[in-house]
Amino acid sequence: MAETLPLPPNSGGPPSMVEHPKLSVHGLSKNFVYQGNPLTVLENVDIELKANEFICLVGSSGCGKSTLLKIIAGLMSPTMGEVRVEGEAVEGPGSDRGMVFQSYSLFPWLTVAKNVEFGLKLQGLPKAERRERIAYYLDVVGLSRFANALPKQLSGGMKQRAAIARALANEPEVMLMDEPFGALDAQTKEQLQQFMQEVWERTHMTILMVTHDVEEAIFLSHRVYIMDSHPGRIRENLHIPLPEHRELDIKITPKFLELKRYITNQLGH
Amino acid sequence: MTEFSSTEAEPAVPNDKRFSHEGATTAPIQKSAKKRLRLRPSTFWSVRQGIPTWLKILMPIIGISVPLIAWSILSYGGFVKDIFLPAPTTVISTGIELFTEDELIKDIVASASRVLGGFALAGLVSVPIGLLMGTFESIASLLNPFVSAVRYMPVAAFVPLIVIWAGIDETAKFLIVFLGIVLYNIAMIVDAVRAIPDELLNAAYTLGSNRLVLLFKVIFPAALPSIMNTMRVNIAGAWNFLILAELIAAEQGLGFRIIRSQRYLQTDRVLFCILIIGLIGLLTDFLLKQLGMFLTPWYEQGER
Ligand SMILES: Nc1ncnc2c1ncn2[C@@H]1O[C@H](COP(=O)(O)OP(=O)(O)OP(=O)(O)O)[C@@H](O)[C@H]1O
Ligand SMILES: [Mg+2]
Repeated sequence: MAETLPLPPNSGGPPSMVEHPKLSVHGLSKNFVYQGNPLTVLENVDIELKANEFICLVGSSGCGKSTLLKIIAGLMSPTMGEVRVEGEAVEGPGSDRGMVFQSYSLFPWLTVAKNVEFGLKLQGLPKAERRERIAYYLDVVGLSRFANALPKQLSGGMKQRAAIARALANEPEVMLMDEPFGALDAQTKEQLQQFMQEVWERTHMTILMVTHDVEEAIFLSHRVYIMDSHPGRIRENLHIPLPEHRELDIKITPKFLELKRYITNQLGH
Repeated sequence: MTEFSSTEAEPAVPNDKRFSHEGATTAPIQKSAKKRLRLRPSTFWSVRQGIPTWLKILMPIIGISVPLIAWSILSYGGFVKDIFLPAPTTVISTGIELFTEDELIKDIVASASRVLGGFALAGLVSVPIGLLMGTFESIASLLNPFVSAVRYMPVAAFVPLIVIWAGIDETAKFLIVFLGIVLYNIAMIVDAVRAIPDELLNAAYTLGSNRLVLLFKVIFPAALPSIMNTMRVNIAGAWNFLILAELIAAEQGLGFRIIRSQRYLQTDRVLFCILIIGLIGLLTDFLLKQLGMFLTPWYEQGER
């Protein structure tokens, strides 16, 4: 069971003295009003991500994964509880929490490079540095050749890679990803899973990714949070005892299949 | 009625149960012969799949020539008196006369500049207000009672008032055109802003946008194609209101021409002036479309 110890308030001591987790969520609840009745979508959720961790959050459809991610991103306010980034409580969205959405969210009027540049300009980076970062992250996602293409000229997988590059280039403290590969076909999806692992190996970004694809979660993450539904709660915080670097064929090893069976069973409850 | 309900094809089950399993099992499912539903390809009735070039050329020709032929038959055939419907050639020769002897071009310029002036003013006012109302619910709540109520008041009813306020000079005409379209503009721009997908706004937020950046760098460009379309639709309305304005008080302009020609029963002149307005409309529509494509080349083709 998750602990619900209250953390010391934000004002206590300089943050640099204590080792804070990159991202922490404490006692978070969310109620909606549905047809006049309160509906508890999230109940007492606790989550912690250390620096450089790649964490997946799995749960059945409608259990509140997107809601949780939106609250963490500051796009929605919680009914109770709080979100901290490096120990500092946050309210509202900010560039410290980058996000990749399930549907394509590129700005259609900007080229791929300009999309990536959007956040960099807001940060006030000088032009040379912007150009450098655009080049680097477009290379990371393999879209250097399409820097000047408009989103409408890209395939679904390419759009999603561009959106990932845009979020990465901002170099947020945490990357939040809401089923980023949900709308893609099986092959593209596997390619992007491999690609995501490479991205992590190159950047060591702290990532929290929502998915309902159990294989994807095991393949990518160091830990998996398994969620219950109605109300949405963290059921289990499962360490994935697989080597850090994984090839796609790990998906058919007994260890992997055992993990998959276990998580699927947990989700079935 | 209820006795027959179980034998009817459309069972009289309560509405909320019609699509549930219980609803389905209480009524017997009638099995009729299997019928395959297949769509046959069609050139003429193709939906969103384009038509061949010959059809694209042929259809407008038919669309223009059929009314022309009907008109010719009616007038040359002597079915209708000249005073009600003059012949096409009469209208054209009158038109040439209007241009060469009566300085019609001055009226065209006068009317077109009034439309442009009122229209531009409406654009300048409606774009910021529409963007603000579409973006901020507080601003929408503030202005909605006014915008919605006034939109239903016919501008024609305001004309006497405007004449009292602004007299009968150019200001009054600008004002009538402006009032006629500004509220429609606002309502349509508000809808355009509300139709912007949440994801775009959320993406901007998580990239570090503040509300000002959101408004200028995301909402405005995202709504721009729809704003351009709104302009295209509403400039037609601007012409309506201009003629209204010119019918009431003017010494110049196409509306003024029309009303004076009517007084002397010069049907050919009335018709020619109406045709000119139509042609100007076609030209404006084309120009606005080009402007739209120039301003928003990123917008998906075919959606225009
Ligand atoms: N704005 C809202 N108002 C009322 N209820 C909402 C609202 N947004 C979400 N919900 C409810 O909250 C629950 C969780 O929604 P959420 O989108 O977070 O689920 P999810 O886990 O992301 O599902 P999926 O895997 O299908 O994306 C759903 O039951 C939904 O009906
Ligand atoms: Mg979701």
